Amino acid sequence: MDWIQLAIGAGFGLAFIIVVMSMAGLTVVAERKFCGFMQGRLGPNRTTIPILGSIPFFGRMITRMGLFQLVADGSKFLFKEEVLPGHVNKFYYNLAPVVALIPPLVPLVVLPFGQMTLADGTIRQLIIANVDIGMLVILAFSSLGVYGTVLAGWAANSKYPFMGGIRASAQMISYELTMGLAILPVFLWANVPGSTEGLSIANIVVFQQTHWFVYLQPLTALLFLVALFAETNRAPFDMAESETDLVGGFHTEYGAFKFGIFFVSEYAHVIVGSGLFVLLFLGGSNFLPMLANPWPVGIAGAILSSLWFIAKTSALVFFFIWIRWTLPRFRYDQVMNLGWKMLLPVAIANLVFVMVLLAWLTPVAAQ
Amino acid sequence: MPGKVKEIERKPLNLAEKTFLPQIVGGLKVTLSNMLRKKVTREYPDVLPPIPPGYRGMPTLVKDPDGREKCVSCQLCEFVCPPKAIRITPGSIPEGSGNEHIEKAPQEFEIDMLRCIYCGMCQEVCPEEAIFLQNKFTLNGLSRQELVFNKQRLYEAGGIREDEHFKWKKKKEAEAHGNAHH
Repeated sequence: MDWIQLAIGAGFGLAFIIVVMSMAGLTVVAERKFCGFMQGRLGPNRTTIPILGSIPFFGRMITRMGLFQLVADGSKFLFKEEVLPGHVNKFYYNLAPVVALIPPLVPLVVLPFGQMTLADGTIRQLIIANVDIGMLVILAFSSLGVYGTVLAGWAANSKYPFMGGIRASAQMISYELTMGLAILPVFLWANVPGSTEGLSIANIVVFQQTHWFVYLQPLTALLFLVALFAETNRAPFDMAESETDLVGGFHTEYGAFKFGIFFVSEYAHVIVGSGLFVLLFLGGSNFLPMLANPWPVGIAGAILSSLWFIAKTSALVFFFIWIRWTLPRFRYDQVMNLGWKMLLPVAIANLVFVMVLLAWLTPVAAQ
Repeated sequence: MPGKVKEIERKPLNLAEKTFLPQIVGGLKVTLSNMLRKKVTREYPDVLPPIPPGYRGMPTLVKDPDGREKCVSCQLCEFVCPPKAIRITPGSIPEGSGNEHIEKAPQEFEIDMLRCIYCGMCQEVCPEEAIFLQNKFTLNGLSRQELVFNKQRLYEAGGIREDEHFKWKKKKEAEAHGNAHH
């Protein structure tokens, strides 16, 4: 076992988790600011912390942008009293937030977050584990994401969380199928017959140096985007948490840090989902379609390409927020209808169409 | 009640509209344009609301442009005040100030702001135009005693009223000339 490689991988993993958790916290603040702007009001702009808030120019700027709210929320969740209600199933009650947090974070190991151009001209994708079943890992872990919601709903031993948990699980299972079928055309296109890369996402990023899939396969991108909204329980598909809007859905019985974990896991799921969409359809860390990448050689290029990837992911997270505050919520039967009767046939038809198209476009010698 | 019924024709959705994507894009445009518009929030302590003229804020005692305190402790405001917030101890004008013809001035004038209902009756009834409700509306204190405003504080808050009456000065001058009109 190569200990150095393991240590590097672990270090990258830790850095990744820190970045994603910070981004999740920032997304919370961004959501509150942007939803305020869209509603004609300012979001949080007065929260400040004792010493850092008094720095002459930057303290005031950060306060006005609401960024200290992140610290305030985090500390609030840490310091609140942890209540264990008497009527809950104690084992699952304590287990559910953990099970909710792990599935969004594990797929980070297979996401190529940047590219480094080495001195001899070869381009290496920066990825923690470049396995050739990368996409399958992601699909598997996002399926596990249902368990957190279901366990929370079950453990709470009360009507509203139970209903919230059931509806969430039905919704997430339904849209798994569409998501899987929406991903297949991308991999079909990117892999020539006889390729050994399989489901590796790094391969997709390499392929998108010339053309991006968002305009090569717009319908696939749309299907995947809708399925992503449903998988992450984000509006307009967010019945699980605000369905019984007055009561709170599956996390009703949770307070303090456990609720904080649910909260952060939802936003981490949003970020990882948008990162995945950017990788599969929007070119990952490539600069622009049909232009050569301007990333300089070495570490600087690696950092720049990672920042560009983060910028694209943030733009998509803004799109998530934008859609949330534009569209009304779907009713439960409308969600099921959409998933099974409308999206699934379209996804299958799309897959068949792409298969036929590829068979027609691929020269006979390569078949 | 019979009225004319206006039939609105609902056109069936065409294929593009059935996917609801055009409507979603339209909605997104609305939200984005709203996001870029000026916000309606007023950031209160830093930005004060516009106070219309005639606003009934805190009652204050005023002085005329010569600096003379206008109140003569007639106690009309004390009697008309609905929650009995005003307490006046009448007194006399101090010797040698040149205003002895006025004869009365308040020795003590207290308004209990915790009782005041900002109705403005004291302003309406005052014959000397000495008490006015002005713009200040945020009053607070750390004890009940702090919110019972005495004469000095009321005169401080009132300031000088730029009117042209000079009632008592004109009376004194008219008397010196034989009381022609007064």
